[in-house]
Amino acid sequence: MISIKNVSKTFNKGTVNEKRALDNLNFEINDGDFITVIGGNGAGKSTMLNAIAGVFPVDCGKVEIDGVNVTRDPEFKRAKYIGRVFQDPMKGTAAGMQIEENLSLAYRRGKTRGLGWQVHAQEREIYKRELARLGLGLEERLSDKVGLLSGGQRQAVTLLMATLKRPKLLLLDEHTAALDPATAATVLRLTREIVEGEKLTALMVTHNMKDAIAIGNRLIMMDRGTIIYDVSGEEKARLTVDDLLKKFEEASGTEFANDRMMLSR
Amino acid sequence: MSGLLLVTQGAVSQGVLWGIMVLGVYITYKLLDIPDLTADGSFTLGGCVCTVAILSGVDPILATVMGLFAGLLAGAVTGILHTVFEIPAILAGILTQIGLWSVNLRIMGGKSNNPLLKSDSTISFFVDNFGVSQSQAALIVGIILVLIVIAVLYWFFGTEIGAALRATGDNADMIRAQGVNINHTKLIALSLSNGLIGLSGAMVAQMQKYADTNMGRGAIVIGLAAIVIGEVLMNRVKNFGLKLFSAVVGAIIYFLIRAYAIQLGLNVNDMQLISALLVAIALAIPVAMRKWREKAAYTEGDLYADEHAAANPSANALNPQNKEGR
Repeated sequence: MISIKNVSKTFNKGTVNEKRALDNLNFEINDGDFITVIGGNGAGKSTMLNAIAGVFPVDCGKVEIDGVNVTRDPEFKRAKYIGRVFQDPMKGTAAGMQIEENLSLAYRRGKTRGLGWQVHAQEREIYKRELARLGLGLEERLSDKVGLLSGGQRQAVTLLMATLKRPKLLLLDEHTAALDPATAATVLRLTREIVEGEKLTALMVTHNMKDAIAIGNRLIMMDRGTIIYDVSGEEKARLTVDDLLKKFEEASGTEFANDRMMLSR
Repeated sequence: MSGLLLVTQGAVSQGVLWGIMVLGVYITYKLLDIPDLTADGSFTLGGCVCTVAILSGVDPILATVMGLFAGLLAGAVTGILHTVFEIPAILAGILTQIGLWSVNLRIMGGKSNNPLLKSDSTISFFVDNFGVSQSQAALIVGIILVLIVIAVLYWFFGTEIGAALRATGDNADMIRAQGVNINHTKLIALSLSNGLIGLSGAMVAQMQKYADTNMGRGAIVIGLAAIVIGEVLMNRVKNFGLKLFSAVVGAIIYFLIRAYAIQLGLNVNDMQLISALLVAIALAIPVAMRKWREKAAYTEGDLYADEHAAANPSANALNPQNKEGR
């Protein structure tokens, strides 16, 4: 279980650009939860994911993973618990390194690295098997440089890397937003197969309300750095896009403002 | 032996020994994407430490190793400035380099030049025991060292730490998300790189039989020039070991060009300018080519007029100027 208590984060404190991106955030992620996260522009969705991942120190509060307080741990130390897929497909893989090298780096996520050989023959079989699951034919291209792959292929590899070593929490930050619609659908299907198939605990930011409703067992809506709506189970399954918009207006007192989200309704 | 052959042999020996420095520069510049300016200082440091150690009676092999470790420490200083205190890498390198200038003078006992004429060295060992010339001995020692260094680097960059280091230069966000502290990998890379540069300085001092507080001036530019030359000559090479080898070949070619140019009457003092121009041109050409191609490809009219006309013949009739400017 992951718990977030009283977490706040203000960027550019004391300047005209001061922004409280997270405002007393409180919530718990239960094991096996597949949570979709929606919210307007600047609601704090990415900031929340980054705060959990430890990209920056938070101003106050506590982040616990399975009872371990990781609030003061830097990003690289929390990596042993957390798998991540970024919005930018270029960000999750090393372009100049081979597919198998990238996977082998991820296979050692959170482990102390020594002077043993990086890519082992027996591990290569694991990589082949896992790549075959993607159905993109990449299992035949283990020694190709990742830079030769398309954005969608790279995102699929990143997804595999994030889950190759089972994470306690998988963070997906609009990971299909930069892809064309067909590729986005493929990556989203793979995401569901992996998360649901392996019963992973995941937090997925999306700008597509239909996806947010259709995918996962729980949905949270954010506004001004805090969670304004948290719904799961049967109640979530019955939601419609209009319900969500209405909920947003009720809770925040303003109209839902996310250009991309409105366009993708 | 004829004059030209002697010049060639001397230049090749020099190129091989400086090639060790180029391998050090390769680690930071090519793998970590940091042009590390510590090089000028750590090269001199390696030479000074080794020379002074030999003069005070230390075994030449141990003195050479001391040169290596001195360079390693210098690299660690740059690494700490850069990672712990977040000083930009180039500035961190400059700070160490400038500081080393005074350190080197201190090591040399305030003298800018210390000769090694009568002392034993790793090179004089071959001269005394196998009856070869000074530059032949330097070549033998240099080749042995270069092969060892390339083998060690090839192994190291295939290990878990080495791969994490390569990934740090390729995509820091990615490798951090895999649980690697990139401050550590950068520190290791800068130390290793400058250790090799210090070793190279130690060997060059033994070859030329003196250490000079200016012996490393322009080392970083020579390193970059050698890498560029090696890449141009062996641009199809994919294997990592051969890429390292190409950097040493680049160093040899660099010193051959330099030796021949001096034979033809070039002032040796102009060599720094030529090196700087060589690197600047090598870096500028791809950019200039891209800009030229973009400019040449631009056309004011509709570049795809044929396709558009085929798709919609009537629209073309309304825009008769479409084909102009092609």
